[in-house]
Amino acid sequence: MEPSENAPPSCCADNIKEKTSTESAPRWRKFLSAGAILISWFVIYKQLLPFSHFFTYSVLDFEKGSHLGGSIQFFVYDTPKVLMLLTLVVYGVGVIRSFFTPERTRKILAEKRESVGNVLAAHLGIVTPFCSCSAVPLFIGFVTAGVPLGVTFSFLIAAPMVNEIALVLLYGLLGWKVAVLYLVTGLLVAIVAGWIIGRLGLENHIEDWVLEIRTNADDVPGDTLSWNDRFMHGWQAVKDIVGKVWIYVVAGIAVGAVIHGYVPEGFMASIMGKDAWWSVPAAVFIGIPMYSNAAGIVPVIHALLEKGAALGTVLAFMMSVIALSLPEMIILRKVLKPRLIGVFIGVVGSGILLVGYLFNLVI
Amino acid sequence: MEIKICGPGCSKCTEAERLVSKTVNETGFQATVTKVEDFAEIAKLGVFSTPAVVIDGQIKCVGKVPTRKEVLEWLK
Repeated sequence: MEPSENAPPSCCADNIKEKTSTESAPRWRKFLSAGAILISWFVIYKQLLPFSHFFTYSVLDFEKGSHLGGSIQFFVYDTPKVLMLLTLVVYGVGVIRSFFTPERTRKILAEKRESVGNVLAAHLGIVTPFCSCSAVPLFIGFVTAGVPLGVTFSFLIAAPMVNEIALVLLYGLLGWKVAVLYLVTGLLVAIVAGWIIGRLGLENHIEDWVLEIRTNADDVPGDTLSWNDRFMHGWQAVKDIVGKVWIYVVAGIAVGAVIHGYVPEGFMASIMGKDAWWSVPAAVFIGIPMYSNAAGIVPVIHALLEKGAALGTVLAFMMSVIALSLPEMIILRKVLKPRLIGVFIGVVGSGILLVGYLFNLVI
Repeated sequence: MEIKICGPGCSKCTEAERLVSKTVNETGFQATVTKVEDFAEIAKLGVFSTPAVVIDGQIKCVGKVPTRKEVLEWLK
């Protein structure tokens, strides 16, 4: 990897000394303006609900309780709310992620036993930055450096499924309880599914050319980021992520708004309600080949829940859409033999199924 | 100088290639820019987080699109 000594200033590593000397003077000013931004964020955030009512029922003069009025108020309230939450959290997570790199995560995981490794891998999956198209190179990098197969899978399952975007949207639209529930069960599915895959001893179902490669987990580039770099990292994450997903969020909320205003109460209860036992497997089955990011799926789920769909069914649907998808399987096929892909889908799918039934039973 | 951009072809990888090629062209630097899309090739270069920039066998940047300033620094 990147040699840390004698190397020309490389990616992300600028001359720190120069930086701190020029920036230490106005530092208090930076803190002040950061504080001011945070406070105004909260003030605006608190005004969103009254504003949406005022806008819909006073400015646009819709009748309270009308279908269109309900849809519009929902849209005017949820869109800025979710986008504001997203910006704040993506910024924070962006700063946190600057402390983690795939190289460092690999080093940690290569030294751990399987069970502990699975738990760690699932958690590191949340905070290690990686782009979805990196899944295959990352898989190769982990497995060839001695990270156990099951531990690698725990990471690969948790990384897309449990992420800050999904959690923010769940918190913003469905409340903190659902968000925590999703976080905990998502991690559990990743840990247990990875552990089972590890137990099954399927190492020989990795494509042969991958196993011939040897990489070293000790190649970890030095961390030379200053705090200023980390804050810039946060902004970059906001630009990258919010800039990309806002359109899905708006579209998702629009669909949600239509369902909110027009679909009758309890409409989904018969198809996706608790009593329809087949609805959980059906939701998982439909969800697996589908692909959407969390940003697009949560607002729809919000609306489904509102109309009487059961929480377990809906969460199972969401997990299978985000965690398992056809495009991902096609990419993974380059490094995994079909049988291992089959086992992967089977184990993760069953885990999600269990989560769905469990929630429908308990709540 | 041989510059390799590693990436299976997602939007970030394409952006990294575009930026590096553009910077090389603008500065008139003598360098060949090639894109490596094959996973086996990428792994052999020691990269496992894409997009990545490898110059003369040395990994310069992994897991993100470099900034123009960084590219100029490497070309020196």
